[in-house]
Amino acid sequence: MAFENLSWIQLAAFSGGGLAMGLGAVGAAIGEGYTAAQANMAVSRNPEISGDIFKNMLVGQAVAESASIFALVIAILLLFLDVPNPNLIDAAALFGAGICMGLGAVGSGMGSGYPGGQACFGISRQPGAASKLTTNMLIGSAVCQTPAIFSMVVALMLMFMDFGNAPLQPTWAALIGAGLSTGLAAIGSGYGGGLAAGASCEGIARQPETVGNVTTTMLVGQAVAQTPSIFGLLVSFILMFKVFPESSSLAAAMALLGAGVSTGFGGIGPGIGNGMAAEGAVRWVARNVQSAGELMRIMLVGQAVSQSTAIYAMVVSLVLIFVV
Amino acid sequence: MAIEGADLIKAAAFLGAGLSMGLGAIGPGVGEGMVAAKACEAIGKNPKEAGLLTRTMLVGQAVSESTGIYSLVIALLLLFVV
Repeated sequence: MAFENLSWIQLAAFSGGGLAMGLGAVGAAIGEGYTAAQANMAVSRNPEISGDIFKNMLVGQAVAESASIFALVIAILLLFLDVPNPNLIDAAALFGAGICMGLGAVGSGMGSGYPGGQACFGISRQPGAASKLTTNMLIGSAVCQTPAIFSMVVALMLMFMDFGNAPLQPTWAALIGAGLSTGLAAIGSGYGGGLAAGASCEGIARQPETVGNVTTTMLVGQAVAQTPSIFGLLVSFILMFKVFPESSSLAAAMALLGAGVSTGFGGIGPGIGNGMAAEGAVRWVARNVQSAGELMRIMLVGQAVSQSTAIYAMVVSLVLIFVV
Repeated sequence: MAIEGADLIKAAAFLGAGLSMGLGAIGPGVGEGMVAAKACEAIGKNPKEAGLLTRTMLVGQAVSESTGIYSLVIALLLLFVV
């Protein structure tokens, strides 16, 4: 059964596009559902300001939606992309782009629901702090989108870079690995960043005067939680830009696919763990602002230890790419 | 493309190394994060005991780290020894 190159490319582009939108819809829907659930709780607690809560809910959900809009854009591009010189390597690149964007949107969508929900609930507790809460929510959920933006960048590069001169073996595995690396690693960072942002909105509602310390701790914690997705991006770039010598052996291809899988899965846990550490620190900075320095220090030590497994995973990936 | 037995085994070892380290990193990452979150809570409640709490947190995280190190060992064995 022999197919033409164009059939293979369409097969890869259509299944990649389906996966991009299917997986990409998961996170945002859960996150927005959480925001709406908290908004309902908030309205029942304080029905007089339901208008403010409603407005805040919609703004929060709009930010959480952006991850799945990125996925929609990539899916539509994959469905209608015109490939001028059909080359089998493009099939791998397009499929990799689809899974990268689909997986990458899961964590960001879920994560940015938390600040939205906590901000709505916070407004019902402290209507006077509404503008502080909305601002903090927007900052927190914007940072949560970063991993989804990394995924979109990698997906667009996979779709529009020209891999035509690279040898099919083993570059196909490098391109799918590049998609998996950034896509999977983005899940943890997006979700973890959301945990930290949610705790900061809750804390500001409790003690509005601590807003400076709380936002600072949140941003530092979120920045550290982004590191696993930056590792994923780094490994993807190496896999996309390095020229691999032609080799008919399956082992060479599997080493490159394994490199993507290692950093990708390896980023999920540390991303979520760093977010949990930041969540704990932010929550208690709001309750005990005198200990803010101590809390920031222990958060960073805890995050550094939690980061170690992501670093092991990146080391294994680099060994797979450069040594074996 | 004719795949020989030795090539197939090498291929499985490389993919297995990636899966071992990748999946093995999830648990310690989440677990150590939980430890750090609770350590922050404890310091927030009782800042005077910060030194003791930092020590307890680090020992707990080191134990939680062990499964990540097992994964790393298995990944390196798959890459260089098997």
